[in-house]
Amino acid sequence: MKKLLILGAGTAGTMVANRLNRLLDSGEWKITIVDQDETHYYQPGFLFLPFGVYNKNDVVKPKRYFMPFGVELIMSPIDVIEPDHNRVKLSDGRVLDYDFLVIATGADIHPEQTPGLAEHEWGQSIHTFYSYEGALALHQKFKTWQGGRLVVNVIDNPIKCPVAPLEFLMLADWYFHERGMRDKVELVYATPLSGAFTKPIASKLLGDILGQKGVKVIPDFMAEHVDPDAKKIVSFDEQEVPYDLLVSIPLNMGAAVVAKSGLGDELNFIPVNKHTFLSDKFSNIFVLGDAAGIPTSKAGSVAHFAVDTFGENFVRYSEGLELLPIFDGHANCFIESGYGKGVLIDFNYDTEPLPGRYPLPGVGPFTLLQESEANHWGKLMFRWMYWNILLKGQELPLPSLMSMAGKWAK
Amino acid sequence: MTTKTIAGKTVQVNEEGFMTAPAEWTKDIAVEIAKEEGIAELTPAHWKVIEFCRQDAAASGKTPTLRRITAGAGVTTKELFALFPKGPAKKVARISGLGKPEGCV
Ligand SMILES: Cc1cc2nc3c(=O)[nH]c(=O)nc-3n(C[C@H](O)[C@H](O)[C@H](O)COP(=O)(O)OP(=O)(O)OC[C@H]3O[C@@H](n4cnc5c(N)ncnc54)[C@H](O)[C@@H]3O)c2cc1C
Repeated sequence: MKKLLILGAGTAGTMVANRLNRLLDSGEWKITIVDQDETHYYQPGFLFLPFGVYNKNDVVKPKRYFMPFGVELIMSPIDVIEPDHNRVKLSDGRVLDYDFLVIATGADIHPEQTPGLAEHEWGQSIHTFYSYEGALALHQKFKTWQGGRLVVNVIDNPIKCPVAPLEFLMLADWYFHERGMRDKVELVYATPLSGAFTKPIASKLLGDILGQKGVKVIPDFMAEHVDPDAKKIVSFDEQEVPYDLLVSIPLNMGAAVVAKSGLGDELNFIPVNKHTFLSDKFSNIFVLGDAAGIPTSKAGSVAHFAVDTFGENFVRYSEGLELLPIFDGHANCFIESGYGKGVLIDFNYDTEPLPGRYPLPGVGPFTLLQESEANHWGKLMFRWMYWNILLKGQELPLPSLMSMAGKWAK
Repeated sequence: MTTKTIAGKTVQVNEEGFMTAPAEWTKDIAVEIAKEEGIAELTPAHWKVIEFCRQDAAASGKTPTLRRITAGAGVTTKELFALFPKGPAKKVARISGLGKPEGCV
């Protein structure tokens, strides 16, 4: 029996376990997956928790629900990967050897990396919605908050879902309006980028939408520390941004086990081939999802397109054929913009997000880089698709490679 | 893809003004782009960073991120901000004739 070991049963690990379980011959392959946490979190839902749009039950389910028959799920923290010996040690003492390894241990927030952030004001005047607990705590905070200057700050890039901070601000605009206190709330976005978003055309268009909603953008702001008593964030070049309520997107880093195993870069992301996900160093290790150091968004939709191209490629490779360089960095993100509307962006390694229309037979078209109600429904539909289609590794009615159809190129 | 003449040499640049062929880069070009970025003079401290970035990119095929520069070139983030004000990673990349750092996606 050949052994395929998957580390991490989050979005990418679960999808790939399902996909490969279907594609590989069960008489020849033994698939094992390891995770430390019984619960699967629908992380895109964290955005909606503070505003009470979703509640707890919308975003958590047991991981076991999504594991196909035939895949062994082991619950334990992973202690270390020993690629030179083709084996992985678990914290519960077990040692697992493998023929092929897929690392899908994701990325997580590290507020402790920024002085002043996660100290005595954490959970008081400083919050985050980038974790389940954080998003629920912020919901409680909002219930009694009287208004003031709300600053959203991204510590550094890359972050999971780079549009989520913008969505948070646009939802905040809507939420405080609904509560009749929008005039008491100042919305500020302090970002290390030179504009609202990473790519130029989207940055301009999204920046315009933020402007219309009365959100002030402070670009090129790289926070060095937070002064929790004076309630201000201070940048490396000594700019200061005062706040009453700070909503932080702390530093995102890959899993600690990656660093311990000597596999990661400065932020514990693992260098891989951006078209095949094969490790730069080991010919039997692949990295999928947020754990991979590739120049595309860290997003569930990207992980999905990645798994789509990876499945058959892996089968080829395991039969001794070469990997095809097929993944194009495709990302497709619905951006919730408040008042029942949304914006859609669709891009890849080579093509930045462009305005236009995204054709989708039966449901679409969705408007690209422009607000519409259809995009809002697309976003809400995404949760249903996530639990019911995506995780089970089934195909979506979306092409995994980006298409130029409907886009307005220059 | 367009071209631009910098310090008397015609080089390829992308729509954001980053050079796309690192081999076309020269020290004179660096001095010229630095001026465009508001840095009047490149001191030895600047050159140390630029040289690290050139070497690192040649070895890895990727433009180094801010964190990689501070870890590899032996400067603190604060010093980098003093040398290359505002977005240091992006500025150094432009001056060093490299693409935009990949952290920005
Ligand atoms: C606020 C927010 C909003 C988002 N919005 C969107 C959106 O709208 N659209 C979108 O496409 N994406 C969105 N995302 C991003 C998306 O959730 C992630 O990109 C996706 O979940 C990544 O999947 P993954 O499998 O790589 O990592 P994860 O799903 O995080 O899974 C990693 C798994 O590894 C396990 N693990 C890690 N280390 C160890 C260890 N040492 N031992 C054992 N187990 C370990 C963890 O327990 C976890 O289960 C959002 C994310 C956030 C935080």
